[in-house]
Amino acid sequence: MAFTQRHLLGLEGLSAADITAVLDTAASFKEINERDIKKVPTLRGKTVINLFYESSTRTRTSFEIAAKRLSADTINVSASGSSVSKGETLADTARNLEAMRPDAIVVRHGSSGACNFLARHVTCPIINAGDGCHEHPTQALLDCLTIKEHRGEIAGLTVAIVGDLLHSRVGRSNVHALRALGAKVRLVGPPTLLPQEFAGLGVELHTRLADGVRDADVVMMLRIQRERQGRNYFPSVDEYAHYYCLTEDVVRLAKPQVIILHPGPLNRGLEISSAVADGPYSVIMNQVTNGLAVRMAVLYMLVARSKSVDVGETEALSEPARGRSGARA
Amino acid sequence: MTRLLVANGTLVDPVARTSAPADLLVEGERVAAVGAPGTLEAADATLVDARGLLVLPGLVDIHVHLREPGQEYKETVATGSAAALAGGFTTLATMANTNPVNDNGAVTQYVLERGRMVAGARVHAIGAVSVGLQGERMAEIGEMHRAGIVAVSDDGRPIMSASLMRHALEYTQLFGLPVIAHEEDDALCCGGVMNEGPTAVRLGLRGRPAAAEEVMIARDVALVELTGGHLHVAHLSTARGVELVRQAKARGLRVTAEVTPHHLFLTEEAVGDYDTNAKMAPPLRTRADVEALRQGLADGTIDAIATDHAPHHQDEKDCEFDEAAFGVVGLETALPLGLRLVAEGVLDLPTLVERMSVGPARILGLPAGTLAAGGLADLVLVDPERKWKVAARAFRSKGRNTPFEGWDVAGRALVTMVGGRILHDERAATPQLRVAS
Repeated sequence: MAFTQRHLLGLEGLSAADITAVLDTAASFKEINERDIKKVPTLRGKTVINLFYESSTRTRTSFEIAAKRLSADTINVSASGSSVSKGETLADTARNLEAMRPDAIVVRHGSSGACNFLARHVTCPIINAGDGCHEHPTQALLDCLTIKEHRGEIAGLTVAIVGDLLHSRVGRSNVHALRALGAKVRLVGPPTLLPQEFAGLGVELHTRLADGVRDADVVMMLRIQRERQGRNYFPSVDEYAHYYCLTEDVVRLAKPQVIILHPGPLNRGLEISSAVADGPYSVIMNQVTNGLAVRMAVLYMLVARSKSVDVGETEALSEPARGRSGARA
Repeated sequence: MTRLLVANGTLVDPVARTSAPADLLVEGERVAAVGAPGTLEAADATLVDARGLLVLPGLVDIHVHLREPGQEYKETVATGSAAALAGGFTTLATMANTNPVNDNGAVTQYVLERGRMVAGARVHAIGAVSVGLQGERMAEIGEMHRAGIVAVSDDGRPIMSASLMRHALEYTQLFGLPVIAHEEDDALCCGGVMNEGPTAVRLGLRGRPAAAEEVMIARDVALVELTGGHLHVAHLSTARGVELVRQAKARGLRVTAEVTPHHLFLTEEAVGDYDTNAKMAPPLRTRADVEALRQGLADGTIDAIATDHAPHHQDEKDCEFDEAAFGVVGLETALPLGLRLVAEGVLDLPTLVERMSVGPARILGLPAGTLAAGGLADLVLVDPERKWKVAARAFRSKGRNTPFEGWDVAGRALVTMVGGRILHDERAATPQLRVAS
């Protein structure tokens, strides 16, 4: 199936077909990561720049490994110690990187819309690895892949997303993806972190954890950023935990076969109890594994499409895998 | 003494609220006579043929940022004045947030001197309310008054101290100066970069709620009630804000208000794909707010259209949205946008001209904005049919930051005259007009 986008800036407005195309491709790539020699020549000779203005070991490592397993050359550029810390503007950074002719730039940035901005200044595909409070598309795609693997079709499922929705790019991307794929989405959080305007995206809003989790098929926890404390969104982390920590008692309100997701890193005992995080419903480690496959798929679909690449070779490698992993539920 | 006969045009009189064919005789720097076509005795006068044109009093913009001194890379009095003349404005009042801040008589004198040296549009200065715009100690308003300021304002920043605002409203009565207020509660705005609403939620941008403006207007109306001072609300942007001003006026309080063209035409959706040219403070709001602002302008609740012309360097806009500077330019687009309000039936033509000339002049007590005999011959001849496309690169302003780029508009100032001198003349660019000399 074809992916119609030139960049991956966000999931808003993406069709179910586009999202499914990425998920199917990712499922087919999973097999590569189980081999002894975890490398295919698909993106040989291609250069992928990881441009990280915010530190993120997890996401950056995942993108880097994904690129390397497809044989692309990867370069990591971080804001500290680079020309960025010497005052270079984002536009100039973009021009300089563009002059080095990369085949894709993976961007993590603290400002919402920074990836949209870069996409206007460079010709190669831009992949959003998290921009401000806007979107984190590959995280939502890996969440969708994980849900699909465990619960089959996403259409018809009830998914509760719990936490600081106001500041969550993971939350926003998931709302767009899950809605596009036909899930019922509930957002759950304290009124200070759950703007009423979210209702306009076709989701239910809940301020009580129990109401949000009741009969849910999937519960997705968001990380509470401790730096938000002191801005009066909630009085203390203790009080937040009292009302919004996902404990085993709360999980029992959900459907018996519920799965629990969390984008990490975990604040144990704050938004999720250790018993739940490490318990039988948790698929948190599957998310990490799937992150790799999703990022391989995104790189493949954007980079391989952008210039000549031996697609036939890749199809041959991935076709058999599709049959094996696609049907797992 | 030079004599000019502006003949064959349609005179729009903002005081009488009429629009009719008339001739106008200029002697020296003043209007000598206004009369029915062909009735004025002007044998020796130079003819300025205004056939097919509107003859308006020079427009008055009481809210501009000319950036001089200190930020001449964004704009100067000279470039701002040239932009004004091209846009049909003959009188400007420039805000105090320069570098150094206009919070003392020396800076006021400097700004006014620059205006005189440029010899373009008439430049008036607005002094700061507080020293360094810090919102703490009151600036020497009396000293600035002696130097010639026409109002005080910390514009760009709200006055968060209610006590300072109270004293400013009291003290300025000594000089008959209005306090122009930038009404946005800092704590509620809290780093916001656009309107708080569905678009901000979708884009993941921090919002500034409408209530941030409304609580400040409500507070200051209460302080006007306490003090009897003159509050002028700058760049009104919300429906509830319009209502608060309406109620204050109904109670007989000295409260006036202005609205910008961008708040009359654009909503928060103009931010679109993080377009920094739609980033300003107060932010673009909702369709309901736009409708309420238009209604308030039509019924006289809002006294003036002001541009809040805020030029920035390209680099200050070509960046991440939350890093970008607040503000847009407006001097060269205000007139055609105003005429669009007429075309859309929001205002009739004389009312539009009133809101862009004598209305704003009255707020600051300026002798501008009328066509009466004996008044200053500040005029603008407008071709209402002239269609053009907004292109920032053609602006006289150094600022290119317009949210109206590419808009098809109609109406253009062909001749702008200040004190009887033609300082802007685009007639040559319209060969279909016969130019007499």
